[in-house]
Amino acid sequence: MDRPSRPLQLIRSFRSIGGSAFRLSAGFRHGVHPPDSKQLTEHVPIRRMPFPEEIVLPLRQHAGKPAIPLVAAGDRVERGDKIAAADGFVSAPVHASATGVITGIGLGPHPDGTMSPAVRIAVERFSPQIPRPRLVPHWEGLSPQEVVHAVQDAGVVGLGGAAFPTHVKLSPPPGARVELLIVNGAECEPYLTTDHRTMVEHPDRVWFGVRIMMHCLGVARTVVGVERNKPDAISALEASRPSDLDVAVMPLTVKYPQGAEKMLIRAITGREVPSGKLPLHVGVVVQNAGSIATIAEVFQTGLPLVERIVTVTGPGVRRPSNLVVPVGTKLRDVLEFCGGLSEDVTEILFGGPMMGLPQSDLDVPILKGTTGVVALTRAETERRTVYPCIHCGRCLDACPVFLDPQRLGALAQVGRYEEMEDLHLADCMLCGSCSYVCPSNIPLSQMFALGKGALRRVGPTRAA
Amino acid sequence: MSDRELELAATPHLKAGASTARIMWSVVGSLVPVVAAAAWYFGYPALLVVASATLGAVVTERALGPRGSLRDGSAAITGLLLGLALPAGLPLWMAFVGGAFGIGFGKAIFGGLGQNVFNPALLGRAFLQAAFPVALTTWPAVGGGWTALRGATFALPFTGGGATDAVTAATPLGLWKFEGETTPLGALAIGQTGGSLGETASILILLGGAYLAWKRYLDWRVPAAVFGSVAALSAVLSAIDSERYPGPLFMLFSGGLILGAVYMATDPVTSPVTRRGAWVFGIGIGVLVVVIRVWGGLPEGVMYAILLMNALVPFIDRATRPRVFGTGREAESA
Repeated sequence: MDRPSRPLQLIRSFRSIGGSAFRLSAGFRHGVHPPDSKQLTEHVPIRRMPFPEEIVLPLRQHAGKPAIPLVAAGDRVERGDKIAAADGFVSAPVHASATGVITGIGLGPHPDGTMSPAVRIAVERFSPQIPRPRLVPHWEGLSPQEVVHAVQDAGVVGLGGAAFPTHVKLSPPPGARVELLIVNGAECEPYLTTDHRTMVEHPDRVWFGVRIMMHCLGVARTVVGVERNKPDAISALEASRPSDLDVAVMPLTVKYPQGAEKMLIRAITGREVPSGKLPLHVGVVVQNAGSIATIAEVFQTGLPLVERIVTVTGPGVRRPSNLVVPVGTKLRDVLEFCGGLSEDVTEILFGGPMMGLPQSDLDVPILKGTTGVVALTRAETERRTVYPCIHCGRCLDACPVFLDPQRLGALAQVGRYEEMEDLHLADCMLCGSCSYVCPSNIPLSQMFALGKGALRRVGPTRAA
Repeated sequence: MSDRELELAATPHLKAGASTARIMWSVVGSLVPVVAAAAWYFGYPALLVVASATLGAVVTERALGPRGSLRDGSAAITGLLLGLALPAGLPLWMAFVGGAFGIGFGKAIFGGLGQNVFNPALLGRAFLQAAFPVALTTWPAVGGGWTALRGATFALPFTGGGATDAVTAATPLGLWKFEGETTPLGALAIGQTGGSLGETASILILLGGAYLAWKRYLDWRVPAAVFGSVAALSAVLSAIDSERYPGPLFMLFSGGLILGAVYMATDPVTSPVTRRGAWVFGIGIGVLVVVIRVWGGLPEGVMYAILLMNALVPFIDRATRPRVFGTGREAESA
């Protein structure tokens, strides 16, 4: 992995970052340009929504093993109390996001479409919702291991959607050298503005989180990548940039999926993460801007991850907003607080329109990884006629990882999944760019998700 | 808040750009001026030839294609393009048969839109050329009245036909190949020459192609590669011996090169999907056109050049498939 040319390359790429003021912006090849539709909420300040009557906290809110409940029906919990413990290293605990009484632990609707075990809390009506006082750990005195432990204990996971436990990213395996921390402020999904507003309103939190992560990873340099359509976020970060750290803000091309880890690394360092490898392989750790601000909050207030910023938007929402929402608040309550839905709403998504999960039940809870709620109307979700593939090649020009989606689609249609594997189906990140551009409206990314599922069930069929 | 019916759909929930049907109908629309020019030069029989070829294609698509497949517009394109590649005096029944053959054996037999190997219009033309070689090479002269017949337009099938006293004229390529005469460039560009209906209006075809390329409905790389390679190769040849080999401008503007390169070689179904493949495909066509015209027995080679390259498309696609992100040289250097 280490070659003599590598330090040189790094220097070159860092120099180009230094010169970013003179460059238009950094980007990656291919990708698509959906309308960003962020004007609905990009200048709407973050507001706090009132506590709902009931909180539903699924035990599975993160990548990895579900948490193990520590409470029973009838227990009284205060805001911030741990109600479920992490099960192993790649797992995260869950904390009560409001003071109240546990009414039960049972199956409830989960945003992924399943019924999943969750802890229900009847929120105390007149509670001031002040968390139990706790010791705020002074991070500078802690060893990296102790910081990692505190982060896990606070239940921090990636807030960009995938909800990967943050402490795992903070503990690179021994021997791995991290040379660069990248803060992901791209927020390339249309409509969503949570990271945008966080960077505008709390740039100091982002930088404080960066400081802690740099301490933890022992990394000397950080680059914050922000798409150019958020000039106010870029200037807010620049204005509060700490002078004692080697950190930079880098404007990025406005293009989807700029926020995908591999695209972001390509844009900022010029390097490609090898197929099947992690960013660590090229000496990089990527963390979402919102998650980094959350780490900062953990060490500023001692409060674990019990609330997050959610963009509630779309043409079907009456009052599009950026809200601080207690984790576990039901979709119904969030929509009601935003003035309800217009009559012609047909789809409600958790996440953005490119990769978001459609919801069928208004009782699903907001999770730690829920970036936004987007309500689309008939106008955006009109069903389109599917035509045969005409081999126009638009999908090849769109695919950010340079796959051949039209060929993969033809193979998927006849169930030849092994051959799809040979064509690097595993490198597909289901970003949806191919489906987005297909003039024949072929549901390519859906077919690839099915193919990936089928291959997962049988395991890899050929040696990689 | 009252509960409502919510739809569940696969990602992404947004959709870009034009549909396949819109692209196809735009191609049809961009051909309207070309058909009008053909009618201007060759009178109403030109319209009848184009209409018959289109009717043959559309009727066959309706009979053999999947339900509703006429709506995607691809059969209409096949018919129009075939019609434009025919001489103005062709008996209408032949044009009809050509359209029917193109769709039936060029497309439906492979499984319909998107499955065919060869351009259906050109396959129909190749069939007619093999079946009715005389009728297909009887070129009426430009001009004459709007109502004048240019051949046995209304001949019944298999009656011999052809015995009319319409004025015929050799095509510029025929003149060059068999008489050693070259036609002035101005006449070539505006279409004051003998030839197929759509061979004559070069400027209008280029304008239609430019519109489609601007809308990104066709890949500009294919015609660019065809024109570039034809120009380069013929420039080299005429530099060697300008008596025997005509210059690049004559080569570009004569025969069906412009119609073929802009409208037939760019058929997405029968051209490569990759960008590099488009260059390879276009250059291959250009080289074959010059080779057939200069050294072959025929004066014109665009049709066979495109059909031959059509057959190579799967191999070109495979050979030019892009390097997957994070593999190969660039990833190793990381």
